[in-house]
Amino acid sequence: MGKHVVAAVSELPPGSRRLVTVRGRPIAVFNLEGEFYALINRCPHQGAGLCEGDVTGLITADGPGRYRISRKGEIIRCPWHGWEFDIRTGQSWCEPSRIRTRKYPVEVANGASLVKGPYLAETVAVSVEQDYVVVEV
Amino acid sequence: MNAITAGAIDCDIHPGVPGIRTLLPYMNDHWQDAFVSRGADDFDLASYPTAAPITCRDDWRPTQGKPGTDFTLLQSQALDAFGTRFAICNPLYGGAVAVSESMGAAICSAINDWMRDQWLSRDPRLRASIVVPAQAPHLAVEEIERLAGDHRFVQILLPAAAELLYGKSYYWPIWQTAVKHGLPVGIHAGSMFRYAPTSNGWPSHYLHDYVSQSQVFEDQLLSLVTEGIFVRFPELRIVLLESGVTWLPGFLWRHRKTWRGVRAEVPWVDRPPPDIIRDHVRLTMQPFDAPPDPQVVAEMCDMIGSDDMLLFATDYPHWQFDATDAVPIGFPPDLLRKAMFDNPMSAYPRLKETVA
Repeated sequence: MGKHVVAAVSELPPGSRRLVTVRGRPIAVFNLEGEFYALINRCPHQGAGLCEGDVTGLITADGPGRYRISRKGEIIRCPWHGWEFDIRTGQSWCEPSRIRTRKYPVEVANGASLVKGPYLAETVAVSVEQDYVVVEV
Repeated sequence: MNAITAGAIDCDIHPGVPGIRTLLPYMNDHWQDAFVSRGADDFDLASYPTAAPITCRDDWRPTQGKPGTDFTLLQSQALDAFGTRFAICNPLYGGAVAVSESMGAAICSAINDWMRDQWLSRDPRLRASIVVPAQAPHLAVEEIERLAGDHRFVQILLPAAAELLYGKSYYWPIWQTAVKHGLPVGIHAGSMFRYAPTSNGWPSHYLHDYVSQSQVFEDQLLSLVTEGIFVRFPELRIVLLESGVTWLPGFLWRHRKTWRGVRAEVPWVDRPPPDIIRDHVRLTMQPFDAPPDPQVVAEMCDMIGSDDMLLFATDYPHWQFDATDAVPIGFPPDLLRKAMFDNPMSAYPRLKETVA
């Protein structure tokens, strides 16, 4: 495992996502209202680019015909078959304990600490003035 | 007597209604007059024409009269021969499908009273379903309320294909009344024929009509689950009668697979549909629809994914098997014990009242 700088915080505003490749792995990084999450961009069902699907809310019901939407922006829907995954945990909605996509730890670090290491900044140029999103892979 | 099935509860037999004349004593003055003056008779269902092979096994066919109409023959052929403890009578006749709501209701009421007088009162092994005019749920509710106090009626009977899909709100009164009285609802193969029995028009042959019935059952299960009927009526239990069995595993798989992708359309379906169906739905075992290969039969039972769903049935007098071979070869013995007794007792709570 190593820590990899994948983007400047300023490049990933709340509600956005970015696809990166870290150690050969396709990873999607999401900003949910200032909190960052990283999932592997591969649906555990049939391998689709999961994180290229629609970001949506969680649709539930108070009873038949009574729809409710909550947690807007926190659910990713696979573009192939529509399976829903919780961006915060990588767990599927339909079978959260069995079907999940891999989640990676994410942290925010400032440029000054990054310059000292042991972080790996393969593709992102780091300056001491900025904060960066760091994924541990 | 058949040692394998001794003590079994047969969840689907069909006493025959000889004709409207038999039912006239159970009708009011108006309907007695109306049926006689119109000469209206022969309300047998199109799915079971009298002379069709499926309608009656050759060695069960009476020398005169319609299949299933002879009381002593039914006793010896359907009850004694299998060692049956209880058998649930599901009369199939035109009241449940008549286009006129009031005529349908009159026929259904007459059948229920005739059933009570001429069958239930004459053999303590017999139980029956309440036949109702599903054309008019408010009249169906009246009929259920009229008879629910007699606990020899253990189920409400509906045809598989009706005016609408059973998940529609039109039918809520029936589900509500069923739950109120602790009665499961049996959905039997057959159609009101308001629509073509296939989604692509009218078939030309009985063969097609009968084989394609499993599609109707799939549609009704889909409707009940996706419309949230089991959320609205958590105590409702549905029994599929003469539905066939082996289509079920593939259907459950397809249902679950598709639900995973588009479940947000029906978010009240908040657990896998097969789990809902396994909790709320039961199926009778004839026809089973598997080759006479023990391994295949055992695998099919395993794929259903529940030991609680299957209910023993002969489908007497319909021709589904020969001799007393009502149990498919290779049917797992432990499961058979459940299907013959435990599962029916659980599906039909009223049976417990007469079993110590």
